[in-house]
Amino acid sequence: MTATPIGKEIQAPGSGAGRPLPVRLTIGLLRRLGLTGRGLVILVPYVWLLLFFLIPFAIVLKISFSEAAIAIPPYTALLEWTEEAFLTIKLNFGSYIFLLTDSLYAVAYLNSLKIAFVSTVLCLLLGYPMAYGIAKSPTSWRGPLLMLIILPFWTSFLIRVYAWIGILKQEGLLNNLLLWLGVIDTPLQILYTDVSIYIGIVYSYLPFMILPLYATLEKLDDTLLEAAADLGAKPFGAFLRVTLPLSVPGIVAGSLLVFIPAVGEFVIPSLLGGPNTLMIGAVLWNEFFANRDWPVASAVAIALLLFLVVPIMLFQYYQGKQQEAAKQ
Amino acid sequence: MAQPNRKITLQPWQDPKEQPYVRIEKVTKKFGDFTAVDDVSLSIYRGELFSLLGGSGSGKTTLLRMLAGFEMPTSGKIFIDGVDMSNIPPYDRPVNMMFQSYALFPHMSVEQNIAFGLKQDRVARDEIKRRVAEVLELVQLGGFAKRRPHQLSGGQRQRVALARSLVKRPKLLLLDEPLGALDRRLRERTQFELVNIQEQVGITFVIVTHDQEEAMTMSSRIAVMNNGWITQVGTPAEVYEYPATKFVAEFVGSVNMFAGRILEDEPDHVLIQSEEAGCDLYINHGVPVPLGTPVSVAVRPEKMALSKEPPATATGRNLSQGTVREIAYLGNLSIYLIELDSGKMVRVTQPNFSRLTEMPITWEDRVYVTWHPFAGVVLTQ
Repeated sequence: MTATPIGKEIQAPGSGAGRPLPVRLTIGLLRRLGLTGRGLVILVPYVWLLLFFLIPFAIVLKISFSEAAIAIPPYTALLEWTEEAFLTIKLNFGSYIFLLTDSLYAVAYLNSLKIAFVSTVLCLLLGYPMAYGIAKSPTSWRGPLLMLIILPFWTSFLIRVYAWIGILKQEGLLNNLLLWLGVIDTPLQILYTDVSIYIGIVYSYLPFMILPLYATLEKLDDTLLEAAADLGAKPFGAFLRVTLPLSVPGIVAGSLLVFIPAVGEFVIPSLLGGPNTLMIGAVLWNEFFANRDWPVASAVAIALLLFLVVPIMLFQYYQGKQQEAAKQ
Repeated sequence: MAQPNRKITLQPWQDPKEQPYVRIEKVTKKFGDFTAVDDVSLSIYRGELFSLLGGSGSGKTTLLRMLAGFEMPTSGKIFIDGVDMSNIPPYDRPVNMMFQSYALFPHMSVEQNIAFGLKQDRVARDEIKRRVAEVLELVQLGGFAKRRPHQLSGGQRQRVALARSLVKRPKLLLLDEPLGALDRRLRERTQFELVNIQEQVGITFVIVTHDQEEAMTMSSRIAVMNNGWITQVGTPAEVYEYPATKFVAEFVGSVNMFAGRILEDEPDHVLIQSEEAGCDLYINHGVPVPLGTPVSVAVRPEKMALSKEPPATATGRNLSQGTVREIAYLGNLSIYLIELDSGKMVRVTQPNFSRLTEMPITWEDRVYVTWHPFAGVVLTQ
């Protein structure tokens, strides 16, 4: 495989001749600022991230360092003009210290991580064979099969989670079926336990595991497996030594796409979980809406973010690596 | 560019006592309605460098894949060293393949790629190390053991692929268009290297190629395939000089084909009337077909001679007249396209013995085209 040479610089499009003067002047000005057509295109996602991610994050960070107050908004200001010309910053670490002192938060964080981790492993175990099956099916089948994976997204997430209540509750579909089949004598308590949370999360996030796995497995060159067989590897050995290592980028991408949102999941545990299930999403909601303690709620959010930054960076590292491999 | 040593000392297919090492017996492979390989039988002997030559869709790759075990014959049997391969999966066959795309494992280093097959066989660690180093030396990649495939050039990858398929010392090595991805210069060099390596290791090679030059250069024998059939099996010289069919004559090298009818058929010669050639064709071998049968006569361009004056020995046979239409000067030789008076275009190549400052024969010249009685080959199919 020889890489096609990519021109280092594509010639800048026409120098603007033949355009009206104001347009030419604007283009000239933008160029002088180092902004070409390409630069502007790249700018769009940056502006988007700045407006809808970085600025809200700064606001949350700011609130986390303030104190709760009975006011509108319900926290103290961070920056204050004292005397005449002195701008003082009052950083209040109270919220963070509070997170450390009250074991409730640590328990909630750990529980969230545990539930997210177990759900991710379950998604991987369920999703890998499905993605593999789709990738190995005849080309004409792949489209419809992928469509079936994506189809649930056409219904509201909330409704789908609600539907599980109907399935899992004591007099629900699942218990009735099991009773009818004679597998059990008395209805099982599944709803409002950790089991139902796992069911909900795995059900909801499975497509996010399958899609990147499929993308990786589908690209896998079948002749590599033939080569492995030719060199004496039996089918399972070839899977372990060739398919599995080459699908690691897909496994990582899928796992992070499940793990990251699952840690902060709020809807599923609050609908399907029991009163004893403590997840950080629910704690955050409580701080914000029930206690109206915005600084602590913000601190919870910031701490959660820090927990997630490591996996996100891992994700980006692997994505970069995957793109590099694809370039070969 | 045949190897004289091999030709004289080793022609096992001529020895009636020799047992074929690979025996393909009446093998047919169908994909749905399409017959890729049609009732092919073939014997390949130990130590041969055997080429399957054909265009795309000729069935050559399918035949190779059946030898490797990736495809199973619809009917017929394949024996390797006397063992029936019918129910033996690829991973249990004493056969290794070098893939056209090389199929190197991108997540493994050169060393790991080569060691892969040995690890499958649970060869001892020291032994693996020794054999990998040995084969890397053989393909002259000593310093590249730790590199990943994507850090290598096309030619180096090709050597890794070769090393990986050689290291298990298979009974049979299959090479699918081994030089297809290399540029011309590298290809020529690698052809000779491949032949040298084959002689060193003594493994039987079966090469699939669409490149007749490649097949001619490297092979002990060539099987020319067309539409799932084997049209001819022979040494490069046999296939070139005595093509069995029009297809072979046209596929291997270039050729001038004259349609005609048999006038006279004696054991030592035939005389063929051909309007296309504009003369009677005299050929010094007989053909087993009745008089009047329509046949084709193939004459290779380099076996024809051009002159402005009629040759002294002219008998009126194998002598035609025409006008020079095109000249291609290739340095070592020139190709002339001559339009015969019958309207038929013929191609004549002449070596350039002297430095041409002015060409003796030039565009629009009237010329005589002649050839020897041994130059033509009568083809009935």
